[in-house]
Amino acid sequence: MFGLLARRLAAALPTLAGVIVVTFLMTRALPGDPAAYFAGPAATREAVEEIRRQLGLDQPLWVQFGDYLADLARGDLGLSITTGQPVLADIAQRLPASAELTLIGLLIAAGFGVPMGVAAALRPNSWVDHLCRVIATAGVSLPTFFTGLLLVYVFYYQLGWAPAPLGRLDAFSSPPPQVTGFYLIDSLLAGDIETFTGAAAQLALPALTLGIFALAPIARMTRGSMLSVLSSDFIRAARAAGLSGNTIVIRYALRNALLPVVTTLGMVLSFLLGANVLVEKVFAWPGIGSYAIEALIASDYAPVQGFVMAMAILYVALNLVIDLAYQAIDPRVRIEA
Amino acid sequence: MSASAAAGGTVGHIRHVLSENPVTGLSFGLFGLLVLTAILGPSLVPYDPLASSDAALAAPSAKHWFGTDNLGRDVFARVVVATRLDLGMAFAAVALVFVTGTLAGVAAGFLGGWTDRIVGRVTDTIMAFPLFVLAMGLVAALGNTIANVIYATAIINFPIYARVARTEANIRREAGYIEAARLAGASTLAVMLFEVLPNVLPIMMVQVSLTMGYAILNTAGLSFIGLGIRPPTAEWGIMVAEGAGYIVSGEWWIALFPGLALMLAVFTFNLMGDGLRDIVDPRRRT
Amino acid sequence: MISRRHILKAGTAAALGTVASAPAIHGAAAQSRRETLLLISENPPNSTDIHGVGTNRPAYEASWNLYDRLMTFGVKKDANGVDHYDYTKLEPELAESWNQTPTSVTFKLRRDATFHDGSPVTAEDVKWSFDRALAVGGFPTFQMRAGSLEKPEQFVVVDRNTIRIDFIRTDKLTMPDLAVPVPAIYNSGLAKRNSTAADPWAMEWLRANPAAGGAYRLERWVPGQEMVFARFDGWRSGKRPDLARVIWRIVPQAGNRRALLERGDADISFDLPAKDFQELAAARRLKIVGTPVENAMQYIGMNVNRPPFNDVRVRQAIAFAIPYQRIMDQVAYGTAVPLFGGPAQPADATWPQAHPYVTDLDRAKALLVEAGYANGFETTFSFDLGLASMNEPISVLVSESLARLGIRTTINKIPGANWRNELLKKEMPLITNTFGGWLNFPDYFFFWAYHGQNAVFNTMGYQNAEMDALIEKSRFTQNEAEYTDAIKGFVAKAFTDVPRIPLFQPKLMVAMRDNIDGYRYWFHRQLDYRVLTKG
Repeated sequence: MFGLLARRLAAALPTLAGVIVVTFLMTRALPGDPAAYFAGPAATREAVEEIRRQLGLDQPLWVQFGDYLADLARGDLGLSITTGQPVLADIAQRLPASAELTLIGLLIAAGFGVPMGVAAALRPNSWVDHLCRVIATAGVSLPTFFTGLLLVYVFYYQLGWAPAPLGRLDAFSSPPPQVTGFYLIDSLLAGDIETFTGAAAQLALPALTLGIFALAPIARMTRGSMLSVLSSDFIRAARAAGLSGNTIVIRYALRNALLPVVTTLGMVLSFLLGANVLVEKVFAWPGIGSYAIEALIASDYAPVQGFVMAMAILYVALNLVIDLAYQAIDPRVRIEA
Repeated sequence: MSASAAAGGTVGHIRHVLSENPVTGLSFGLFGLLVLTAILGPSLVPYDPLASSDAALAAPSAKHWFGTDNLGRDVFARVVVATRLDLGMAFAAVALVFVTGTLAGVAAGFLGGWTDRIVGRVTDTIMAFPLFVLAMGLVAALGNTIANVIYATAIINFPIYARVARTEANIRREAGYIEAARLAGASTLAVMLFEVLPNVLPIMMVQVSLTMGYAILNTAGLSFIGLGIRPPTAEWGIMVAEGAGYIVSGEWWIALFPGLALMLAVFTFNLMGDGLRDIVDPRRRT
Repeated sequence: MISRRHILKAGTAAALGTVASAPAIHGAAAQSRRETLLLISENPPNSTDIHGVGTNRPAYEASWNLYDRLMTFGVKKDANGVDHYDYTKLEPELAESWNQTPTSVTFKLRRDATFHDGSPVTAEDVKWSFDRALAVGGFPTFQMRAGSLEKPEQFVVVDRNTIRIDFIRTDKLTMPDLAVPVPAIYNSGLAKRNSTAADPWAMEWLRANPAAGGAYRLERWVPGQEMVFARFDGWRSGKRPDLARVIWRIVPQAGNRRALLERGDADISFDLPAKDFQELAAARRLKIVGTPVENAMQYIGMNVNRPPFNDVRVRQAIAFAIPYQRIMDQVAYGTAVPLFGGPAQPADATWPQAHPYVTDLDRAKALLVEAGYANGFETTFSFDLGLASMNEPISVLVSESLARLGIRTTINKIPGANWRNELLKKEMPLITNTFGGWLNFPDYFFFWAYHGQNAVFNTMGYQNAEMDALIEKSRFTQNEAEYTDAIKGFVAKAFTDVPRIPLFQPKLMVAMRDNIDGYRYWFHRQLDYRVLTKG
């Protein structure tokens, strides 16, 4: 097991190296000039040059890259111009917000997607099947930024059911004492039901927006996986043995069909983490996605590099966990290193 | 199974799939409509999509079916005219990645060795990026043009194509007809291009339809945050972004209609992709 | 200059501090809602230290409310009955009195004044703060110099409660310059304890940790999301503020900001689109106040050093081709004062004032033909993407109008981060931009925007000896009539040569709920929490 872990990590290293190089080159090619920013509005060209020298931006690219690697090795991701904070602190503070939103979105998607997939698989090519397919496809066809705006307009502005889109909590409450960074869990740990319901209400619309988007892959995977399990020998045997339909579906078929679905969930999760960028922007969600967008638009190098690094590491870690989990569940699977 | 053996039953199979799955038929109909709009739209619309007027922010009416925007431009005309640009950009991106991704994937799967390792590393690296942010970064870094939006969209779709093509080529590596071609004295390159590639293509075509939807969403998302399209060009994503500020003040039509058009286009391609998969690759369905 | 490692440490400490303080405020939140102001804006402050490198505009607001200055400006009512700072009246803040002679000014500090940590404010603190503003370079140093405050030797500690500032020359800007946001008074003892050998002015620490004594102290700061201020009950430099707390939240989506205000979930905001201000004012659901921003304008700039805009006839043709009224109606929505269709010659010595051009495509065409561009030309029209909500519709309307003359424009959106850089290069042929000066003098505006020194704000690269002479004369003459003539002279010249075409003078708009009173317009265009009340 440890050997496998080590081998997988070693295999991930070139990927991470690629990410670091590409991100570095990409951010250096951004059109903005931090020196002009730091020099202030009334600066002359000479003043900007002076600042550029102080920031080391006049050095050849490879020297700057060396500095960047050295900083990275010390765990220093640099400083954000926009927030004025170290990128590492910003990301550590914002990552739980994104993770909580994405996980709840995934839960919503799975909560609807799995039953839909099962229903479709039980009666393939019936109207139920077609309906499920149309709903799931419609969900993935909605641009998330558009869904988000629409939901805010209807549920907050018109109906007043949802709370103001002000981020993770309404302005007059304070975050629960930090344990996990997930407000839902932290507020429960603190025994603060009021904050819990508040945080849940704030989460509802953005999580729904994400959930709608993630419905299709989960429903599709469940359907396919259920179909193949339902046509397998052991289900036929169970039917022949006279077990009732419900027992077969729930106890035998679904259980076996869920394995590939769980793998898909991992993929969908990492996909969603990247896709929630626009959702965060619409809902003023203080996650790392909106952080990255603002930084990119402001040509703020460090946060963009930090964000991409964090996401790449997450991606590698997530895939590793899925592989290991998959192997633990199903020993027949052998993973090539 | 060789390609020619499958061809005989294809028409019957399509008919069978369509009768079993009316939704696919619907999607083909919608696709036709979209293509017609893209081709004929600009010559059919009643107003110049770029002309401002004093009738700003007018609600939908018989005169302006989808209302007018903040500068008095006809939203219907803009939504219709934008079809060509949005589909065109997505199509260009998909065509680009279809060619490069398929070739790279087939080479990796068929040749193996170093080619496989390099293609594998490139796809892994791209996959490790948060894709939308990678696309944003590329457009911001390379310059704010339509061409760069297309390149960025192609790049983030590259892994899907390369991986599928690699798997399909790998399966066929040891197939009998490949062995036969080899024994007949064909070079490795010729075998790859003339024997493996044609057999992989139908499956790749399915990917085209599936990724078209994603490509449309991606280009619209980029222009939503202000990248790519220059004003006053009409484009769905930028129209939604501009209209977003007017929803709360009651002028919902500016964002809603381009949003619906965007959704309809993506919906069509996704449904059609599903349907095509059933036709081309019946194995996967069950 | 910017040591990333040090900043990293400072920031981590600050983050821990905020977490620890969170539970304490919790219970008090609901009952104090009436005394709490919820302010929403688009962009977050990136510092609390106005001397900091790269400090952004929202951070000025944090500094203004957290820190005190020696003096502040008085207040008057403007034409609409709104409180407006009074440039002519200096009033005590940390200094309780002062004595000005031709060569120096001596300030007596309040004896009861303390910083937030309880330590008394002394003359040493004032000297340290002013020395720091001169030492750190960049914007603060530049602003101090604008008032002839250039050398540390000018700041003399007389005794514990007395500080003297020696003048190096007679400058009408010295005294007012001591009341702008930059010369804030820092708690030097606290700051020094948190400085390092590499960072003697505690730049890194002060970014997130105010060493201040102003009317509000920093209760919580979550960078990029919110800043929470609590009233400092030991404040003696003015009338006790009405608001016990101010919560400043960042809401990036404009539609959401309007929804929050309309539904009564937020109290006040500057950041709404012009159209929303117009509608909300008409609907009377919120209180809307608009004050013309002094010495500021939105304009079209042309690069006078390159063809075709090096030909004055082409520039005049463009000035006749701008769809002024449509821009007022469909872009500014009444939140601006028009600057076109004025008299042929400047009527008075004010600035900004309306130029004589109106939309007249026939005259524009005639001028183009005369200049040899009967078939028009191709050019690029650039603007700052950061201010797209105004700039983009302006550029679209202008391009459309120019197309009627055969002038084909490509619209080029430049990301905010790169805009200043592009301005410095002075290569863009045609732009729309906005510029305003803090100090409300016509000669100040012209010195930056039209003078041959070719500062970055002279975006057109305009250089003209006659213009320079008039600007110089107005800056240094002591004769009132000469001053008026010089101003009328350079305004007339600016309109004939027309390197820039003024469009309108923007208004600083603010929307607030009905129960908010006491709003005051400041030249720095930030909100002053100390004077606001919530009924």
